[in-house]
Amino acid sequence: MAKPYDLRRYPGFFAITLLCLVILYAPLVVVAVYSFNDSPSITIWEGFSLRWYVDVFTGPESGKFKDAAWNSFIIAITAATTATIIATLAATAVLRAGKFRLRTVSIGLISLPLMVPEIVTAVATLIFFNAIAFERGVMTILLAHIAFCIPFAYMPISARMQGIEATYEQAAMDLYATKRQAFRRILLPLMMPGIVSGFILAFIISLDDFIITNFVKGAGVETLPTAIFGAVKQGIKPNIMAISTLLLAVSIVMVALSWFIGRRDPAEER
Amino acid sequence: MPQDTDIAIDVQGAVKRYGTFTALKTISLSIRDNEFFTLLGPSGCGKTTLLRMIAGFEDVTEGAIYLYGDEIDALPPYKRPVNTVFQNYALFPHMNVLDNVGFGLEMLGQSKSETRARAGEALEMVQLSQFAARKPSQLSGGQQQRVALARALAPRPKVLLLDEPLSALDLKLRKAMQVELKHLQLETGITFIFVTHDQEEALTMSDRIAVMSSGELQQLGNAREIYEQPRNVFVADFIGDTNLMQVTVDAVADGRAECHLGGAHRLTCDAVGGIGAGAKVHMSLRPERLFLSADPVDANSLKGRVREMIYIGTDIATIVDLDGGPQFTVRSSNSSRGNARVFEPGTEVAINMEQGAARLLID
Repeated sequence: MAKPYDLRRYPGFFAITLLCLVILYAPLVVVAVYSFNDSPSITIWEGFSLRWYVDVFTGPESGKFKDAAWNSFIIAITAATTATIIATLAATAVLRAGKFRLRTVSIGLISLPLMVPEIVTAVATLIFFNAIAFERGVMTILLAHIAFCIPFAYMPISARMQGIEATYEQAAMDLYATKRQAFRRILLPLMMPGIVSGFILAFIISLDDFIITNFVKGAGVETLPTAIFGAVKQGIKPNIMAISTLLLAVSIVMVALSWFIGRRDPAEER
Repeated sequence: MPQDTDIAIDVQGAVKRYGTFTALKTISLSIRDNEFFTLLGPSGCGKTTLLRMIAGFEDVTEGAIYLYGDEIDALPPYKRPVNTVFQNYALFPHMNVLDNVGFGLEMLGQSKSETRARAGEALEMVQLSQFAARKPSQLSGGQQQRVALARALAPRPKVLLLDEPLSALDLKLRKAMQVELKHLQLETGITFIFVTHDQEEALTMSDRIAVMSSGELQQLGNAREIYEQPRNVFVADFIGDTNLMQVTVDAVADGRAECHLGGAHRLTCDAVGGIGAGAKVHMSLRPERLFLSADPVDANSLKGRVREMIYIGTDIATIVDLDGGPQFTVRSSNSSRGNARVFEPGTEVAINMEQGAARLLID
């Protein structure tokens, strides 16, 4: 199969690939493997066990983790949903409303948060909530998450929309569909894979966020990342590895889902 | 205000400007009811812009467009009873063929059963009933084209707009579709407005043709008029092959103009209003209206030497250098019945012309 100039035939290709894969994935593999370790130590292997998974759900810290996980999921689902709706509308405005003043500025403003260091956003958000005397709690976390999720949801949605030719909507309007009907019946279904990817990306980003959450959360309110961080400060126990592995599993499932939906692409045709 | 029901589309002084660029310069034309009308011109001539203005995708900077007497230029596309076949078909990829064809009827508020029945009829008309459940991606280019046609015809528009719909098809299929389109137009009685840059396609299918270039209407007429009586240099050059010669008019008398075309070559042809003695103008001589002989047959014969012979299949083209003058292409039918005599390169020949073969053109 290999062609004369196939990348796979360059010297060192295999070794470099292997090295990269090891650096990327070895830590994750170690955490996942040791979460099944039947030992209170995090470095010495003493045989397979599910005791730390049982500990996560029933152990002394289980109440704390359950509350944090519940907060995390509620916030992630709400923030991702809201951000996806806003990003879809933004993409429609930027890509389908023709030329308007400040269009380029709008595009810049939407994606700028991706380039601002997260700590700056965190501090700024905290100062903002203090300035308007907004009491910190789940609500402040949710608002901050919606804000920083928008550009992540926007990217796949706008990329998808750019690939949809305007003639589809024109054809719909030529066939007596109003602008609204053309959007709902033609543009929205064609954009769906992008919207789903945007939602999943926003969901994972929100679920995983630590810095901003840590700044804007109220006392006693924890999400999974801040709860894990709190627990780690008292020393790493294998139950942390079990939680981390569970989180990893959720991420993998979400990404896989997004990939399969992306592959079932209705517009990849012709 | 035009109230004539014989006029399907009446374009009155339509102008289209994008900023400082003028895409259409004051176009006025009337398209008759039940007519196969073609807008023909090279890319960038404004033909597609005009079509999109009729469809409602471009607004009209100045002027007005009427559809059977009603002004439509301010209406959004979905309020105009015209449908378009797009160049890239624009079939909805997430819907099957039947839903694509039924979309317009559904949007018009037809019942589900009515929509299905009429979409089915439209599919039958283009012989694609067996593909109703397929997705557009599962069809060939020619089949997609026919689905696009059925989709645009299903709501029974008053006028059907076709934006270079055949340009993506290969030659054989294109020829077949040309015939099919013409049949569909006759069968449905719907006015067709067809946009193309292919002059042969335009000549074959159209009742009338509007030749356009750089945003202006150059000539409007049926195929024969456009081909045989081109109004200006652009039309003569764009439609078909021709020998385009720079000539000087020496004298005009009794409806005949005496011209010379470099060297000692002279010929007379029908005079054209507006072209007087002393004018330097162009002359068009269609290659198939010329014929070769060993000796001159009349006063209009020109003497030259054969440079090259090109075998085309149906025809033979002979390229002749005039002594001290321009080069001519002469075409003769490749048939034993024809009077075509084959002259080898290097032979001295005379170029003779049929009555009316030479036409003077305004620039």
